[in-house]
Amino acid sequence: MKLSRKWLNEFVDLPLEQVDDKAFAEAMTVSGSKVEVTENLSESMQNVKVGRILSLEKHPDSDHMFIARLDVGAAQPVQIVTGAWNVHPGDLVPVALDGARLPTGATIRRGSLRGVESEGMLCSLKELELSVHDYAYGEITAAAILGDYHPIDPDKPSISPEIQPGDKIFGKVVAAELRHVECVGDQRFRCELGLGDTAAETFSVCQNLHPGDLVAYDTLADRICTLADLHAEQREFPHCIEDGIFVLQEDVRPGDDMSALLGRDDHVVEFEITPNRPDCLCMIGLAREAAVTFGKELRLHEPVIRAAAGGDIRNEARIVIEDPQLCPRYVARMVKNVRIAPSPAWMRERIRNAGMRPINNLVDITNYVMLEYGQPMHAFDFSCVKDGEIRVRCAREGESIRTLDGTQRELTPSMLCICDTEKPVGVAGVMGGENSEIVGDTAMVLFESANFDGTSIRRTATALGMRTDASSRFEKGLDPENAYRAVQRACELVELLGAGEVVEGVIDVYPGRKEATSLQLEPEKINALLGTDIDVSVMRKILLDLGFTLEGDTVYVPSWRGDVEHYSDLAEEVARFYGYNEIPIRFTGAINTCGGFTPEQQCERLVGQTCRSLGLDEIITYSFISPTYYDKIRLPADSPLRDSLRILNPLGEDTSIMRTTILPSMLEILTRNYNYRNKQAALYEIGRIYRKREDGLADEPRIVSLGAYGPDMSFFVLKGWVEALLESLDAARPRFVQERENPSYHPGRCARVYVGDCLVGVLGQIDPRVAEHYGVDTELYCAELSFEALLSVRGALPVYQPLPRFPAVSRDIAVVCGAGIPVGELSECIRQSGGPYLTDCVPFDVYTGHHIAEGMKSVAFSLTMRAEDQTLTDEHAEETLRKVLAALEEQFGAVMR
Amino acid sequence: MKEAMQRLREASIQAILASESPDALENLRVKFLGKKGELTAILRQMGKLSAEERPIMGQLANQLRSDIEAAIDKRRGELSEALLERKLEQEALDVTLPGEKPHLGHKHPMYNVLDQIKEIFIGMGFEIVDGPEVELADYNFTKLNIEEGHPSREWTDTFYFTEDSRVLLRTQTSPMQIHAMEAKELPIRMIAPGRVYRKDEVDATHSPMFHQIEGMVIDKGVTMADLKATLNLVVEKIYGEGTVTRFRPHHFPFTEPSCEMDIQCHKCGGKGCPTCKGEGWIEVLGAGMVHPKVLAGCGIDPDVYSGWAFGMGLERLAMGEYKITDLRLIFENDVRFLEQF
Repeated sequence: MKLSRKWLNEFVDLPLEQVDDKAFAEAMTVSGSKVEVTENLSESMQNVKVGRILSLEKHPDSDHMFIARLDVGAAQPVQIVTGAWNVHPGDLVPVALDGARLPTGATIRRGSLRGVESEGMLCSLKELELSVHDYAYGEITAAAILGDYHPIDPDKPSISPEIQPGDKIFGKVVAAELRHVECVGDQRFRCELGLGDTAAETFSVCQNLHPGDLVAYDTLADRICTLADLHAEQREFPHCIEDGIFVLQEDVRPGDDMSALLGRDDHVVEFEITPNRPDCLCMIGLAREAAVTFGKELRLHEPVIRAAAGGDIRNEARIVIEDPQLCPRYVARMVKNVRIAPSPAWMRERIRNAGMRPINNLVDITNYVMLEYGQPMHAFDFSCVKDGEIRVRCAREGESIRTLDGTQRELTPSMLCICDTEKPVGVAGVMGGENSEIVGDTAMVLFESANFDGTSIRRTATALGMRTDASSRFEKGLDPENAYRAVQRACELVELLGAGEVVEGVIDVYPGRKEATSLQLEPEKINALLGTDIDVSVMRKILLDLGFTLEGDTVYVPSWRGDVEHYSDLAEEVARFYGYNEIPIRFTGAINTCGGFTPEQQCERLVGQTCRSLGLDEIITYSFISPTYYDKIRLPADSPLRDSLRILNPLGEDTSIMRTTILPSMLEILTRNYNYRNKQAALYEIGRIYRKREDGLADEPRIVSLGAYGPDMSFFVLKGWVEALLESLDAARPRFVQERENPSYHPGRCARVYVGDCLVGVLGQIDPRVAEHYGVDTELYCAELSFEALLSVRGALPVYQPLPRFPAVSRDIAVVCGAGIPVGELSECIRQSGGPYLTDCVPFDVYTGHHIAEGMKSVAFSLTMRAEDQTLTDEHAEETLRKVLAALEEQFGAVMR
Repeated sequence: MKEAMQRLREASIQAILASESPDALENLRVKFLGKKGELTAILRQMGKLSAEERPIMGQLANQLRSDIEAAIDKRRGELSEALLERKLEQEALDVTLPGEKPHLGHKHPMYNVLDQIKEIFIGMGFEIVDGPEVELADYNFTKLNIEEGHPSREWTDTFYFTEDSRVLLRTQTSPMQIHAMEAKELPIRMIAPGRVYRKDEVDATHSPMFHQIEGMVIDKGVTMADLKATLNLVVEKIYGEGTVTRFRPHHFPFTEPSCEMDIQCHKCGGKGCPTCKGEGWIEVLGAGMVHPKVLAGCGIDPDVYSGWAFGMGLERLAMGEYKITDLRLIFENDVRFLEQF
C-alpha cells in the first residue's frame, strides 16, 4: 500500500516539515504499520523546468533535427537540439537541463549532436513516465511530410522525388508547400499552403508542421494528410510517429519546476500491511493509524450528493443476490448523462502517486474511492445490463466472459459473477466484462459497491490467473459497512467533476448484516498478558481514538476491525499505542524447568561428533526425491521401499515423493561433488526417511548415512568407520555378515552389520551399475545405519578394568581351509574356543596360490594370551593353541599349515 | 721425578686437547695411564725415593692420574657433544613444509548455528523436542487458529498427501506448540527445530524445504515482559552483547499480541544501508503471546496459564552469520563449501 504524504494531510495534520520521513516511518512501524520504503518523488525528477521555445531552426547537418533556443527562466536562453517535429516557437515544453534526472532513471547531460551544442533535452510524456491518460491534450497527431518519404521499392516510388507543390498525388490529394504555420490554440494550427499556381488556407491538428515542409493536402476534405489518410505504411514515413514533445497547456511560466507541476513534490510511503488489517489498505485507514500514532485529530468527510438527475434508481434497476454467503452486501447508485473526460490534475496526481494510472474521470473516480476508502468499486454501462437487473450468482457450467483486459475467460460454478438476466457482465470482485464496459458514448452508469467473501474472490482470481487491485483487497475480507460510504463518495465526486448527473436513491441489498462485536474491557487481564501496569484510562483513550465505542466496560468493535474478537486482541491494540518497546524487559517467574539434551539427542550429537572426527563432512539433503531414483538404485519393481508417501501437488517430479531410503540422497550429493571434480568426498547425514503408516501419517525414523569416494577409499576404510562409530557408542563387538541380496550394493562387497541380534544397517561399495546410473566412473562407498538401532546398542557407562600386571604371550598360527569360509567365522571360532587366557585374535594374512591347494586358502592369525594372576608359561600357550586348532578343524576342517 | 711428572702432565694435557676422536682419546689413555704407560713408567722409579719423598710423590702421581683422567673425560664429553651437534645438524628439517594433518570433518554451517542456539536455550532451562514432518492439517493449521480458507492452506502454497487436505508436509514448526501442549506436563519450556516445507521454487532465497526453530514457554504468570527479556538475552548471545533490539506489532493467527523482533543493523548502526535495505533494522524473528484460544484448544486454562512463543528461520540466520549469499549453497553440499566452516 502506497501512501501519499501530501494526500494524508487532508485527513491528519502531519506536514513533512514537522514529521520527516524517518520519524514517520519509525513511528508508524512500531505502532504496527510497517513501512517498507519511502520515496521522495521529486528526487526522481530533478532539474526539469518549463521552457518556452524562442526560436527553432533546422540543424545544418540533419534532415530531421532542429536547434531550439528556449527561455527556461534563466538570464540566458539555452540551446537544445531536438529530433521532435511537433514543437513550435512560443510552445511551453518540459526541458531536462544539464544534470537532470528523469523518473525513467535516465540522467541528462549537456553534449553535442552532430557538431551542435545541446544543453539538455526536451521531454515527451513517456520520458516523464506519463501517458495521454495523464494529459489527454498531450496526444500527438502527425502529418506525413513528403520530405520524409522512403518508398518501399526505390525503383517504383508512389510519390515522385521531383514532386512539386500543386502536383497530384492521388485522387483529390495534391502536394502542398507550407508557407506559414501558426498555433491558434487548443492544438489547432492555421496553415497557409502553396499549391503551385494557387494557394490555400486550412486548419490542422497535426503538430509536426513547419514552414517549408511539403505535405499532402486533401483538397476535397480540406485537411493535411496523416499516414492513415495516405494509406501509407509507417516505414514509408519513418519520422511520422505519434510521439513527440509534451507541449504544455497549463498556467505555467518558463523556469517553473516540472516536478511540482506534475505533483511530484510528494513523498510516497510504502507499507507492508499484515493480512489481518485490510482496513489499512486505504488512505482513511492509514490516516486513522497515523492520527493515533501521533496523537493528532482525524478529519473525516461525509459525502454530500445533490442527486440532480431526478428519477429514482429503484425504478430503473433491480438487484438480486442469489448467494448471500458469497455476497453479504451489494450497494448500487446510478449516474445519467455521463460525460467521459479526463479527471482533474489533482485527482490524476493522487492516483499516480498511489501507484495507479489515471484513465478517465469515471474510472479514476472508482480508483480514487478505492484508494481513499479501501472499497473496490465497479462502474457498468447500464444500458448493457439486460432487463435492468443485476443478479449476483455463481457462474453456470459452460459460461464464459471476455474481461476488460480483452481476454476470454472460461468460468466455473465456483466463481461468483455479476450477471444480468442472461449472462455474466463481470467477475465479482475481480474484473468487469467487456460487454458492459464504459465507452465514449455511455450515457447511464451503474456504480457497484459490494462486499464479497474473501476466500471465494481469492480462489477465483487465482483460478483465472488475474490478481487485480480489487481482488487483492477483497480477498482479505473487507468491511461491508464501508460499501455504502464508498458509493456515496463516488457519487459526490461525479458531481464535483461534472462527470454526470446522479440519480436519486440507493439500492442496498444487505443480507449479511452483522451485529457489532462486543467485548468486556478487563484491564487486569490485559496488564497480566503484557506484564505492564497501564492505567485503564490510557486503555480507554487508545480504543476510543481507534474508533471503538465504550459503554461502561463494554467495548464495541468498529465494523472495519473484523480482526478484533478477543480480549487478547484488545491487549494488542493497547500495546501497539502504549508502545511495544515500553513494555518492561523482565523475567516475572523463576526458571522451574531443567532443560537439557535427552539421551537420544546426546547420542545423535555423539554420532555426529564421531563422524566428524573420522573426517566426514555433514550434509543436509531434501526429504523428497523423484520416484525414478528407485530405478537408479535398482530397487526391484515389487520392493516395499517403493511404497512412498506421494505429494499430490509437488513442485516437480524430482521432489514428488517422500524418501523411504536415504541412499539416493547421498548418491546425489556424491555425484554432484564428483561432477564438480572434487578429488574426494567423505560425507555423513543424520536424516529421516518416511514410511507410510495406516493412519495416513508417517513413521519418520532417522538414518545415519555415510558416503565417500576418493583415492583412499576402500571397503575396509568404510568398515573401519562403522566400527569406530560403534566403538564410540560403547556398543558390543559388531558382527559383519556378507550381504549379496541388496540390489544397490556390489554383491561381493556389501555387509550387514549386527550388534548382538540387532541389525544396525548395511554398508558397502555401491554396485557399479548404480554408479553408472548416476554417471559416476569411480567406486562409491555408502553405509546406511539405523539411528534407532545405534541408540539401542549404545553401551552402558564403561566400568574400569584393572590394567594388566603380567606380560602377554603372543603366538601366530596359520591354518588352511576352504576358500569360501569367511575369516570372521574363523575368528569367532577361535574366540569361542580359546579359553580364558585368549584375549585377542587378529587375522593378519590371507593367502592363496603357490603351495595351497585349489579351492583352499591359508589364513594367519596373531593370538594374544594373558592371565590376570600370573605370567603365562609356554604350556599355557600351547594348551590354548591346541584347543583353538582342534575347534577350527572340527568346525571348518581347517588344519595347521 | 717431579719434573718428569710435570712434563708428562703438560704433554698429556696437550695431546688430550688435541685429540679429535674417542678412539684417539682411548689410545692416549693407554699411552699415559695404561699398565705400560708413561705414568706407570715414572712410578716404577718410586723405589729410588726416600721414605719422606715417597708419599709426597705418590700423592702427586695420583693427582696427575686423576687430572689426566678428568681431562680425557672432559675431552670425551666435548667430542661426543660435537658429534651429536653434527648429527642434529644433519637431521635438520625444513619446518615450513606442510604437516601431515589428519582430515577433520565439518559440521554443516547451518547446524553449527542451530547447535549454538540449542545450547543457549538449554542454558535457560529449555528442552529440545522433535516432531513429525508429515503432519495433520489439524495441527499445522486448525489448532493454531488458522481458519479454513486461509491462503496458506491453498494447494498452491502447501504440499498435500490427501485429496481432502487432511495430511500435509508441515509448513511451519508451530504445530510443535500444539504437540507439546497436548503431551507435556506444565510448565513447558521448549524449542523445536526442524524441517518445514512450502511450495516455493528454488532460487537464491527460496527453497521448498527449509528449517525453522519454534520456541514456547507455558507457565503461570508468563507475560510479554518475559518474552522480551528472554528473546533479548538470546539475541545478545547470538549477535553480541549490547545488540539493540526493537519489537513491533505483527500478525500471527496463533499469538496475540504478536510481534516481530528486529535488531539494529550492525553494519550501519541504524542509519540505513544496503545490508538493512535502508531501514536501519534487520528482522530476526516473529513472536507473541500464545493465543488464549490456542491454549484453551489444547486443554490449558488461559485464566491460569499463559505463554509466549516464537519462530525463526534458520537458513537466513546462518546465511547472515556466515555471509552466505545464496540459499542453494546450503543444500548443494559441495565439499569445497562445507569445509569452509
